[in-house]
Amino acid sequence: MAVTTYRDAMREALREALHRDERVFLMGEDVGRYGGCYAVSKGLLAEFGEERIRDTPLSESAFVGAGIGAALGGLRPIVEIMTVNFSLLALDQLLNNAATLLHMSGGQFNVPLVVRMTTGAGRQLAAQHSHSLEGWYAHIPGLRLLAPATIEDARGMLWPALLDPDPVLIFEHNALYNVRGELADDAGAVDITRARLRRPGSDVALITYGGSLPKAIAAAERLASEGIDAAVVDLRSLRPLDDETILTAVAATHRAVVIDEGWRSGGLSAEIAARISELAFWELDAPVRRVCSAEVPVPYARHLEEAALPQTDEIVAVARELVHGHD
Amino acid sequence: MATTDFCMPVLGADMERGIVAQWRVGPGDEVHRGDVIAVIETEKSDLDVEVFQDGWIDRLLVPEGEEVAVGAPLARIRVLDAGADPSSTPPLDQHPEPGAVPTPPGAAAATPAVHSPLLRRLAERSGVDLAHVTGTGPAGSITRADVERAASRPGTGTAARTLASPYARRLAADRSLALAGITGTGANGAIVAADVLRAIEEAGPSSGRDAGPSRPQPRRDAADRARSLRRALGDLMSRSKREIPHYYASTVVDLAAATAWLQDVNAARTVQNRMVPAALLLHAAVAGAMEQATMNGHWMDGSFRPAEGVQLGVAVSLREGGLVAPVIRDAHLLDRDQLMLALRDLVTRARRGSIRASEMVDPTITVTNLGDLGVDAIFGVIYPPQVAIVGFGSITEQPRAVEGMLAVHPTVTVTVSADHRVSDGRDAARFLSVVARTLQNPEQP
Repeated sequence: MAVTTYRDAMREALREALHRDERVFLMGEDVGRYGGCYAVSKGLLAEFGEERIRDTPLSESAFVGAGIGAALGGLRPIVEIMTVNFSLLALDQLLNNAATLLHMSGGQFNVPLVVRMTTGAGRQLAAQHSHSLEGWYAHIPGLRLLAPATIEDARGMLWPALLDPDPVLIFEHNALYNVRGELADDAGAVDITRARLRRPGSDVALITYGGSLPKAIAAAERLASEGIDAAVVDLRSLRPLDDETILTAVAATHRAVVIDEGWRSGGLSAEIAARISELAFWELDAPVRRVCSAEVPVPYARHLEEAALPQTDEIVAVARELVHGHD
Repeated sequence: MATTDFCMPVLGADMERGIVAQWRVGPGDEVHRGDVIAVIETEKSDLDVEVFQDGWIDRLLVPEGEEVAVGAPLARIRVLDAGADPSSTPPLDQHPEPGAVPTPPGAAAATPAVHSPLLRRLAERSGVDLAHVTGTGPAGSITRADVERAASRPGTGTAARTLASPYARRLAADRSLALAGITGTGANGAIVAADVLRAIEEAGPSSGRDAGPSRPQPRRDAADRARSLRRALGDLMSRSKREIPHYYASTVVDLAAATAWLQDVNAARTVQNRMVPAALLLHAAVAGAMEQATMNGHWMDGSFRPAEGVQLGVAVSLREGGLVAPVIRDAHLLDRDQLMLALRDLVTRARRGSIRASEMVDPTITVTNLGDLGVDAIFGVIYPPQVAIVGFGSITEQPRAVEGMLAVHPTVTVTVSADHRVSDGRDAARFLSVVARTLQNPEQP
């Protein structure tokens, strides 16, 4: 066991992949000389050289497209997009090329591309750098979406993502990079197909992922002190969703709160709530509730930003209301 | 207002005819979706049959004791058209001509009333049913004042509509408990699961389930019934052996860890809440079925259709002889405690003969457990259209070689009979290894 950070765990995952497979390389804006805008790839240029740690121009569509070409050509590219906000410039490449080529080629061409990007708010980076758009990508067949929320997953999701013959998008919440915790010395690849029950419980299931997981766990601890036994489900894979784990938690608790930093309307939280009512309707003892971001561009001012995002207080209040029938 | 026919349902894969053993309703009775309205006698057992519409019984078309083919109309039910005002139900004509059901004036022309969310919220908060409020606003629309006036009048509460959570409804329906008599403590006074559980507890054991009006049952004598049951089972099993190329596999599982774990768990429990080994066995069978898809599903029209979840058939022997295999639905979503409760409930009711028709939906795999009868191992015959049956023998202490030493451990022999059209020995081996692994790692949920 050693104490490390989410950022260092992610860097270790990159180093492992670069060492294990010569076909793996990293490219993106400022990943080389600057060390990555969140310092994830710091030191990798010196260790692996310019061939494998490649700085790109500010041109998301071009370098994601280049990544798709490299993947088709037999390499295993890891493309870093600075934040999900900028990924929209490459949306055409991701949706119309990466996600569809296998289908369009009649099953001939897989695109073994991995794209990493940060997502989420909380660092006063204002509306153009703070959104949580992973729910949009979760709409697209042909993509696998991962959201590592723990140090173990930051360390372990990259390698299995590279082994996937089809495109995988990894969403790293920017508030998690500084999280410190213990990591087993032999930590390595993890299962990327299943959600995980981070905390068992019998009264209400808090279903969440990524940057909201620590808030949900804090809420569960507060609820426990009030005598409410809350389960916490970490989705981990946003597409495909692990229905079984979600439904098992709902069947055990009969109440569910979905916490998603994305906007409520048409969001991933809506999809999860819909699945629960389709597949576990007769298990429900209360309506499915959602705690999401306010439907505004994420504000810059700290107090406004905090007010716009899902917070532990609100999760506690909503869960309490579900269990007691009133606040 | 429209009418619909309630027809003889299919209560088993091979059912062709059924006898109306008993009507639980008569003409003019109001019925709701999920109400048990008749008891149907099949060759295999008596089943409570539920209605799927809300409405009123117009007339019964088949007298008690008569046998008819599947699909034959048994009763005519008047159902409300969507949007019609339930308050404008006409007094029922007890002897209507067939096909000449009177239409209430206005019902056909009635359009669904549209109320603002504010109004609906206000109505809900104050327990007023808007369908019963007379509007004084423009074009007869309901205003806020109308709702407040209705709320202040005694006796205009939500009698017409009971708020209850889906889970509470399911719990109540499973026990044939009427929601009307239960006090709700949830939001807006809705009945939640805790309220139903409290009502069940207050009603005491065994009441509730038989809450329907009981009428004397015309039954064929017991010996006759037993003969018929035996014949039906014989036909089914003959068909199975004729059509299904069975193959068999078995393994002996060491239950030392499971037994120790059970003792640990039970040390903290009261006698009636103690977990029984059968719960662990069922749980392991479900785990095996989930992992080995070729054991779980149906052979239909010449091909295998794997099932997504596990509908677990449990063979229950009846006191008068014969066998039924009611199902524990969605067993893959249940933990060991829930499986135990489901099993206990099912066995009690199967032996009492009050299995609901919805519980006779086709299981995807069946378990037979002859352990308590002292049998070492049982190789079952597959129930078509299923493709496997799991057998558990009795748990006995046996000498085992453990790490080079002789030890005495509790063991059980687990068998599986499977359909060679669907799976091979390797699948059965994998299935048994999952069952064994699950039993040997009881601390995993």
